[in-house]
Amino acid sequence: MNARFDPIVGRYLRLDIEGKPCRVYVEEAGEGVPLLCLHTAGADTRQYRGLMNDPRILENFRVIAFDLPWHGKSSPPAGWEREEYRLSSAAYVANVLAICDALGLDKPVVIGCSIGGRIVLKLAIEHPTRFRALIGLQAGAHVDPYYDLGWLDRPDVHGGETCAAIVSGLVAPTSPDEHRWETLWHYMQGGPGVFKGDLHFYKVDGDIRGDIERIDTSACPLYLLSGEYDYSCTPEETLDVARRVPGAQVEIMPGLGHFPMSEDPERFIGHLLPILERIRASAG
Amino acid sequence: MTDIAIDRLGDLANGHPGLLRRGRYLDTSFLLEVGATPWLVRIHHGRVEAVSRGPFLMPCWDFALRASEEEWSMFWRDVPPPGHHDLMAMIKRRVLRLDGNVQPFMGNLFYFKALLALLRPGGRLDGVAPLPLADQATEAAP
Repeated sequence: MNARFDPIVGRYLRLDIEGKPCRVYVEEAGEGVPLLCLHTAGADTRQYRGLMNDPRILENFRVIAFDLPWHGKSSPPAGWEREEYRLSSAAYVANVLAICDALGLDKPVVIGCSIGGRIVLKLAIEHPTRFRALIGLQAGAHVDPYYDLGWLDRPDVHGGETCAAIVSGLVAPTSPDEHRWETLWHYMQGGPGVFKGDLHFYKVDGDIRGDIERIDTSACPLYLLSGEYDYSCTPEETLDVARRVPGAQVEIMPGLGHFPMSEDPERFIGHLLPILERIRASAG
Repeated sequence: MTDIAIDRLGDLANGHPGLLRRGRYLDTSFLLEVGATPWLVRIHHGRVEAVSRGPFLMPCWDFALRASEEEWSMFWRDVPPPGHHDLMAMIKRRVLRLDGNVQPFMGNLFYFKALLALLRPGGRLDGVAPLPLADQATEAAP
């Protein structure tokens, strides 16, 4: 008998976000400094399963992740059938702050990947004093569209298959098959139009190239980690952010792609642990 | 001219039950341009029925994939370097052009990623597309 539970507990949180009642799935593991995790576009909290199962992290950090409304096990708001989902910068920031407030998180560390990495930069610009440190994975200030996003949500192609196939090359070829296909499975499970709606933020509404120099790393430390195989947010784009933000710490991770925490958790955690240790040490 | 044997594509694809199953609803013809050399690939129920080398008079196809010989050579390495390892990565770098009626391509993207990866020396498809094992890939084409 080798059955066992992961150390993760998931619950549904009822709260208002931007005036709308929401039912949001939140999971957490560990104790200590709160570490809030933001998933990529069209995916959900399962991307952080590696962090939430690693005793080296859980002994000092309370790792929390939530599915954005419309994603994973979070419900879309009532009346979703009469709207087209589109994530905006303002809505994304409102989501993160509402969760922090609802859970009473005291100066959490926030780690976010891709759209989550972009919003981490936005939090660094607008709300640096609310956070202990910010960690952007695959974070860039802007991504130009390189394919017609309409293909992500059309009745004449299978949305799950197409979304997963579009992002499959963003996983590094060297990542283990088990984690590659788990990562892509999450994409196959997204609701219709949700990945596309997230990319509205990523490629249209969330362009912060003009604001990046306002980040003050003395108000909140900023760490940037990017996988070398990412052609969506390329290492060059992350390095460009680092060049323009004095004090930002940057590392390009060999053998990883756009979903480092999910596609190869062990390799990624090797890069993350020293950063978490520094954050904890500076927190006293 | 690249030394990749594109005319072997039919044998490689049709010998792969998982790929045939994935493509079982796919009927299309597409143009594959490798530098100045055009190839026409005709697919019926996922089977590659014909691979012919141009030049052509009045070729008919749904969509075209066009890249330089150098780019395809990099893509067809056993372990391509970052940016050369995936069709969407090549599209992002603006070195692979996709045009025409792209619905069969976008609706069967895993199939086409796998089909073209078959031309790599190892022809390994494990990380490229989800493909059922041979003994499960028995459902007849429509």
